[in-house]
Amino acid sequence: MGYNAKSYDVIVVGAGHAGVEAALATARMGCETMLMTINLDMVAFMPCNPSIGGPAKGHVVREIDALGGEMGRNIDKTFIQMRMLNTGKGPAVHALRAQADKFQYQHEMKKTIETTPNLTLRQGLVEELIVEDGRCVGVVSQTGAEYRAKAVVITTGTYLRGRIIMGELMYESGPNNQQPSVKLAHSLREHGLELVRFKTGTPPRVNGETIDFSKTEIQPGDEKPKFFSHETKESHTEQIPCWLTYTSEVTHKIINDNLHRAPMFSGAIEGTGPRYCPSIEDKIVRFADKPKHQIFLEPEGRNTLEYYVQGLSTSMPEDIQLQMVRSVPGLENAQMMRNGYAIEYDAVVPTQLWPTLETKKIKGLFTAGQINGTSGYEEAAGQGIIAGINAARQVKGEEPVIIGRSEGYIGVMIDDLVTKGTNDPYRLLTSRAEYRLLLRHDNADLRLTPLGYKIGLISEERYQQFLRKKELVELEIQRLHETKIKPNEIRPLLEQAGSAELSQGGSIINILKRPEITYSMLETVCPSPYELTEEMKEQVEIQIKYAGYIDKQLLQVERLNKMERKLIPADIDYSQINGLSNESKQKLELVRPLSIGQASRIGGVTPADISVILVYLEHYNRVTAMKGN
Amino acid sequence: MIEHDTIAAVATAVGEGGISIIRVSGPQAIQAVDHIFKFKQKLSEVDTHTIHYGFIIDPKTNEKIEEVMVSLMRGPRSFTAEDVVEINTHGGVIAVKNVMDVLLQQEDIRIAEPGEFTKRAFLNGRIDLMQAEAVIDLIRSKSDRAFAVARKQADGVLSKKIKDLRQFVIELLAHIEVNIDYPEHDVEEMTSAYIREQCDKTITEIDKLLKTANEGKILREGILTAIVGRPNVGKSSLLNTLTQENRAIVTDIPGTTRDVIEQFVTLNGIPLRLLDTAGIRETTDVVERIGVERSKSAITDADLVLFVLNNNEPLTDEDKQLLETVKGKSVIVIVNKMDLENNLNLEEVKPFLLNASIVKMSMVRQEGLDQLEQAISELFFEGKLEGNDLTYVSNVRHISLLKKAKQSLHDAIEATYMGIPIDVIQIDARSAWESLGEILGDQAGDSLIDQIFSQFCLGK
Repeated sequence: MGYNAKSYDVIVVGAGHAGVEAALATARMGCETMLMTINLDMVAFMPCNPSIGGPAKGHVVREIDALGGEMGRNIDKTFIQMRMLNTGKGPAVHALRAQADKFQYQHEMKKTIETTPNLTLRQGLVEELIVEDGRCVGVVSQTGAEYRAKAVVITTGTYLRGRIIMGELMYESGPNNQQPSVKLAHSLREHGLELVRFKTGTPPRVNGETIDFSKTEIQPGDEKPKFFSHETKESHTEQIPCWLTYTSEVTHKIINDNLHRAPMFSGAIEGTGPRYCPSIEDKIVRFADKPKHQIFLEPEGRNTLEYYVQGLSTSMPEDIQLQMVRSVPGLENAQMMRNGYAIEYDAVVPTQLWPTLETKKIKGLFTAGQINGTSGYEEAAGQGIIAGINAARQVKGEEPVIIGRSEGYIGVMIDDLVTKGTNDPYRLLTSRAEYRLLLRHDNADLRLTPLGYKIGLISEERYQQFLRKKELVELEIQRLHETKIKPNEIRPLLEQAGSAELSQGGSIINILKRPEITYSMLETVCPSPYELTEEMKEQVEIQIKYAGYIDKQLLQVERLNKMERKLIPADIDYSQINGLSNESKQKLELVRPLSIGQASRIGGVTPADISVILVYLEHYNRVTAMKGN
Repeated sequence: MIEHDTIAAVATAVGEGGISIIRVSGPQAIQAVDHIFKFKQKLSEVDTHTIHYGFIIDPKTNEKIEEVMVSLMRGPRSFTAEDVVEINTHGGVIAVKNVMDVLLQQEDIRIAEPGEFTKRAFLNGRIDLMQAEAVIDLIRSKSDRAFAVARKQADGVLSKKIKDLRQFVIELLAHIEVNIDYPEHDVEEMTSAYIREQCDKTITEIDKLLKTANEGKILREGILTAIVGRPNVGKSSLLNTLTQENRAIVTDIPGTTRDVIEQFVTLNGIPLRLLDTAGIRETTDVVERIGVERSKSAITDADLVLFVLNNNEPLTDEDKQLLETVKGKSVIVIVNKMDLENNLNLEEVKPFLLNASIVKMSMVRQEGLDQLEQAISELFFEGKLEGNDLTYVSNVRHISLLKKAKQSLHDAIEATYMGIPIDVIQIDARSAWESLGEILGDQAGDSLIDQIFSQFCLGK
């Protein structure tokens, strides 16, 4: 029998990486929040690789941090290795990547949630939405408890009608043999949401005691680790290395000989898997001439000997998996502790969402993370914080928050999802961003801290620090502009750097624009009067060195924004616009873009269609204005 | 499509009338034209609604391109309510193309979308409400037509070449991207030398295309194709068949003063300038001989010879003499009148033209045209048409986009020498790819991501 349980402002269903960010955001924004999850031991669990960050993903973690989210702070507390990737490339694609102690990561996150005011963490299985007059007003749990709320955020990850597949073996399950969430999928469908079936997978884990590391290459962390959060100033973590090995001819033979038992090829898997993260059997079939594939052995934590075998993601039967593992140099005698598996799950077709991550069909219902067709902890967390922010703002009667494509990778991702949809689990890549040079990880705070502060997720103290940083960077750039230097003053430095001689005096800023000259070199000649941190100096250097390219992209952004600012009225009736093809009408009706800019990114909508809409809107506005008079 | 930038297009019907008008509208209109227009004053300083005589020049070389009249209308008192400059050139295709060519090399200026001037006029309040539907219809019909034309071109050889070029650039892009997004992956490290090599190769190919465009050969002439044969084998009916059946007749240039009739046709996207060398034979008649001499020189100039024989008659001495004159040319032998009895021994023809393909046709029954198209296409695709390699970039828009792509690739190469990191160089390479894509009407979209995952083996 059901009973009336407590009412909340916001209920968040699921406590993975999306759910925890959503719940922390709403609670911190002053909304009484309940975070309900099937198993409290799985809060912020990493069911796949024990790492966070990397290109684009690391950028998102920094953006979450700038908005006042938790992922950056939490990984800074719990990493066992930190590496800056892409250091040989431009500043826009430098990317921080951490190996996590996945257990400590969970514990720290759970503790943060437990100690956050307004936030109730509750174990339970949500089975039903309560929808009244097209608005989601609560949820019902398996135990019959009816919880009322003003807004609900669903973050079901791979639990939603989850099914694990391993060779011939298939069973209903969430990740890592957790209980799946089945009835909620039916409830979502009953309320009119279209669901699709996606698939992902994970490799086996082995016992480190049984690995022969002498046959592998060591992959250590950076000597001086950097951090994701601007609040983390230092860490005394002792780092643990990863190890690199490769598949062998034998591995490939085992797989090829047993393809008939691979669910990927036998037709047992109906869900669409991610292209960027294929299983090893997929890789070997598709890239048959590649003689070996990299395998990274990654420790799962400080207090465990379990190792994650990155590169060996598979849904082969258990006996084949064991053979495969043992065919890898260094793993000849490895003890397999957990099997790899494929998992299928239900996801919401993301074009059913507004860019706020609220569903168009049901007011007050938000979705975030893998349920929206993405993959990856960072992608999930990035959506989680946005869904949380918008749920809270709706409850408080405030304007929604949308991050633009030129403001953050989070904006790129959400715009892609809600405008174009996705045919396979969506992963962020830096190449998805048109304005990559503007969306650097080093300026994530400059891009988004003001928003985080305005929303109420960034403390006054941190905001003042941010303003100070911004001011000092600007002052220093100004100073370098104004500092003139004579050829003989700079000659020794230029000679030493192998840089061309200066023919006549000029602003020192032009010297810094030379690729071979760094800010720290110039410091020896004309030290700054300001007290600058390393981070500020880096910012000064990047902004000066890449000014030409940055300005070019800013110009493009300005043009884009003109289109983004042309809003389309919510009540527009596309069927009334003559001159649009039926296909375009259908697509526009489905996506219901908020602006001309968004409309122009819908696949199949042509420039001529956009012109037609513009003319129609002008017509509409003039008619409306006349009626007003 | 971007609002508020500066657009240009020919405002008069192409090829009609003694004067053509190129209209430029938008914030950069005056500045852009000022840059390429040489006259006594500066356009930015003259009064609005005035007209000026002068020359369009190539700002890089200062070379005079065309003699023009330029009128200036500052917004909002103009058709679009923006700053508008109109360049009046001599009529005809060439003058317009020459002017558009330099105009589109200016920064921040692009070819107008179909109906875009009218659209702007409406959006800026210059056209009243009643006409909104008409504006929509105009945009629709014009862009549908443009689309149809683009589709036609997309079937052709140019399209294949551009696709190849794009593929080249996208592989480079995918390579750069995989280095960035999968830094620990064991793919080949991207080096400056590799980027330069790829960009250089692409530039070389673009140059080949542009060279022919610059020569303007195709612009005016197409593949110069002579239809050769003794009288009454069916040359004129072949010409008629080709021009009537076919399809996109670009323009007619009647051979008013010559005995050679010229016709433009586009066959499978390949532009042909057909010369019917009517009446070629040894003759004592003075007037006729002049005609015959012209015909012979037409053969000498021709890039392609369609040699017509009569299936109904044995090979004559006259045939043999003519076959002698076309030796060494790219020749397709057309055996006409297949509807009649076979009296022609093809074995006799072969010694003259060892590699020529032979197409059997019947003009009366309209048979064999497909095979002819096929033969011409093959000759063309395989680059056997000497001196005519890829000479089919004729469209101003295509030329300007090719030049843009080339410039971007140059920028990319230059950046590698300056030690600019690959993710920044990628910006230039990407805009080259986008410019090439614009030629085909493709939107960027997902294809780069698709390329990355099909080219490289990635995963966890």
